[in-house]
Amino acid sequence: MKILVALKRVVDYNVRIQVKPDGSGVAVEGAKMSINPFDEIALEEALRLKEADKAEEVIVVSIGPEAAQQQLRTGLAMGADRAILVQSDEAVSPLHAARILHTLVQAEQPGLVLLGKQAIDDDSNQTGQMLAALWGRPQATFASKVALEGETATVTREVDAGLETIAVDLPAVITSDLRLNEPRFVKLPDIMKAKRKPLDIRPLEELGVTPPPACQIVRWRAPEPRQAGHKVETVDELLTALKERGVL
Amino acid sequence: MSEREQMQFQTLIVGAGPAGLACAIRLKQLDPEQEICVIEKAAVPGGHTLSGAVIEPGPLDALLPHWREQYPGICVPAQRDEFRLLNARGSRKLPLPPGMKNHGNFIVSLGNLVAWMAEQAEALGVELFPGFPGSEVLFDESGQRVTGVRIGDMGLNADGSPGPNYTEGMDLLAETTIFAEGCRGHLGKQLIRHFRLDADSQPQTYGIGMKELWQLPEQRLEAGHILHTIGWPLPGDTYGGSFVYALDDNRLAIGFVVGLDYADPCLEPFELFQQFKHHPEIRPLLEGGEILSTGARALVEGGWQSLPRMDMPGALLIGDDAGTLNVPKIKGTHMAMQSGMLAAEHLHEQQQTTGYHQRFLASAAGKELHRVRNIRPGFHKGLWPGMANAALETLLGGRTPWTLHNHADHEQLHPLAGQPCNTQHPARSLPPRDRLASVYFAATEHEESQPVHLKVADTELCINQCREQYANPCTRFCPAGVYEMVEDEQGLRLQINAANCVHCKTCDIKDPYQNIHWTAPEGGSGPNYQNL
Repeated sequence: MKILVALKRVVDYNVRIQVKPDGSGVAVEGAKMSINPFDEIALEEALRLKEADKAEEVIVVSIGPEAAQQQLRTGLAMGADRAILVQSDEAVSPLHAARILHTLVQAEQPGLVLLGKQAIDDDSNQTGQMLAALWGRPQATFASKVALEGETATVTREVDAGLETIAVDLPAVITSDLRLNEPRFVKLPDIMKAKRKPLDIRPLEELGVTPPPACQIVRWRAPEPRQAGHKVETVDELLTALKERGVL
Repeated sequence: MSEREQMQFQTLIVGAGPAGLACAIRLKQLDPEQEICVIEKAAVPGGHTLSGAVIEPGPLDALLPHWREQYPGICVPAQRDEFRLLNARGSRKLPLPPGMKNHGNFIVSLGNLVAWMAEQAEALGVELFPGFPGSEVLFDESGQRVTGVRIGDMGLNADGSPGPNYTEGMDLLAETTIFAEGCRGHLGKQLIRHFRLDADSQPQTYGIGMKELWQLPEQRLEAGHILHTIGWPLPGDTYGGSFVYALDDNRLAIGFVVGLDYADPCLEPFELFQQFKHHPEIRPLLEGGEILSTGARALVEGGWQSLPRMDMPGALLIGDDAGTLNVPKIKGTHMAMQSGMLAAEHLHEQQQTTGYHQRFLASAAGKELHRVRNIRPGFHKGLWPGMANAALETLLGGRTPWTLHNHADHEQLHPLAGQPCNTQHPARSLPPRDRLASVYFAATEHEESQPVHLKVADTELCINQCREQYANPCTRFCPAGVYEMVEDEQGLRLQINAANCVHCKTCDIKDPYQNIHWTAPEGGSGPNYQNL
């Protein structure tokens, strides 16, 4: 079985992002870029499944600029077998990403698609679900445990009420939550080996994917800083303060 | 101990900064077949790099002539130089020392430049590994020859035992290992001790530099304007000053340097920097702006007479790991790059490390360092004697028949004069509020479960002797607030907030008992500087 893992190149979670002064976007110049942490967890799970002989090949896929090769190389260094970059300098919407992934899924015919539940840059949490719908296959989202047995995946999901365990038929789409696993550290010799693993670059235009109607971003703005509060000494003071603000 | 995994290279370079990368690039240019490995502790090249930085482009022109057309990072041609002496209320213009005339130079983000140089090195086939710190030097059986470097382990628990994701650091072996860690590299420090490389040189001296990058309202800045100040708020006996560089896109690089030979144990470099920003001529520049990023880094100030021997069997010490910075020019990048390029040329021609030290001293960079050798130590007696001496030395072009001495920074603190330190400072309104707020903008990150990388040899010393004599100066000189004395049920103790560390190395330098040892944390830990 093949496992396809989608990796998104995002601004690293440690970077303090800033909105550009003219509100046209987020300043990423000089910022550290990484694999979206949820996608990294998805890849780790795929690699563990392969190491447990549940899969033969792990393919990492990214949609992004030329520089996203760095993240794919990291994925290869972690242990993926080959990589595909769908090159696009423009950010793609979740539906667009799902359509692109669907095209790749049709070509590669994986038994399982693993990806992060969401990307930490836009927090959309849509691509996995949309891909499952387009593909017409089951989905198991927010996975904190995955077990494969024959043609079935048993997945424990992190839901609001606690944990929910479901069984889905393969092929399926599984999206990873934070507690699924802790990704491995890459080793130096593996980084060198990764440079020689196949990385296929395909310009987005050549894929023949119809972009969905674009959602236009009008302006970016940082949240207003929270106003400092003030402490009250007694209940009476609290009541007075609340009344002054017209909430009582 | 079990055998570690090993890898062999012709040349191993520790540190992807201007010196290490210039060396790697030059080596590849001279011999494209050579296998060169560069390791770097930051997660991405430039992530731990911090400098003013106004650079002289000469070495970059020589190394990568296409940089002027292709360089994508922050790069603003120097336009107007200004040098001012501050007092609390105003300032006076000073004549510009020749070393501070910047016509033809560029204001850059050294972090950007290093990231770009790393790309150039990789394009030439250099194997570059960010996120891998060297943890110790490897020697041959005799202990007299460097054979490589051991990489730090990953995934250790706080007590040093292997965690679930433990990955043992491997041994990188090389015919020649080049140490280019920057100021007070922790492996360089080991080597200086091991081979007694400083036997014929004077103690190294240092400064602590702090920097902030600001985004300011439109039309406040004149891009390319370079301001340096001395004087207020520094006490007259303390060396230091500020830099204020106007970049493009309404961005301003502002920073402050304090010589670490200061005597007052109560001095707080971070507070001095913040007070400086509130000077009546500086504050209007910053008001209404916002901070983009911050950081701090120690810099080398010892110059020519403090240079340790830079060659040893199997290894070289280059750039500020040895200490090639030119203090009167307040520039180190062009010197570091020259020392790296020279190291490459020497190894290519001689096939051995012997002779590199002499070759560096005889080079243009070595001579430049010799000419200015007496300027920085002249300030040991205070600002005005220092200025007079600097004028004389400049006039004579360093041809004075003497060489002034340097003293180890950690020996310069005076014991407390019987009174506790004054912790009341004039009110400030500009951000950051305190050191913790500042560290936030350095985006520093250390996996909390790893062992503390700041090793304090004797913690009893902190609560007894050091507290009585100096009132724990580590709690004040650290720009990131790593060291705290806390009192709880167990009594008074030193608390080390290692996760805040920005890798500036000040504690390793200035602690009066040399009780603190900076070691490399897990790979990729530390600040994530953006455009510093």
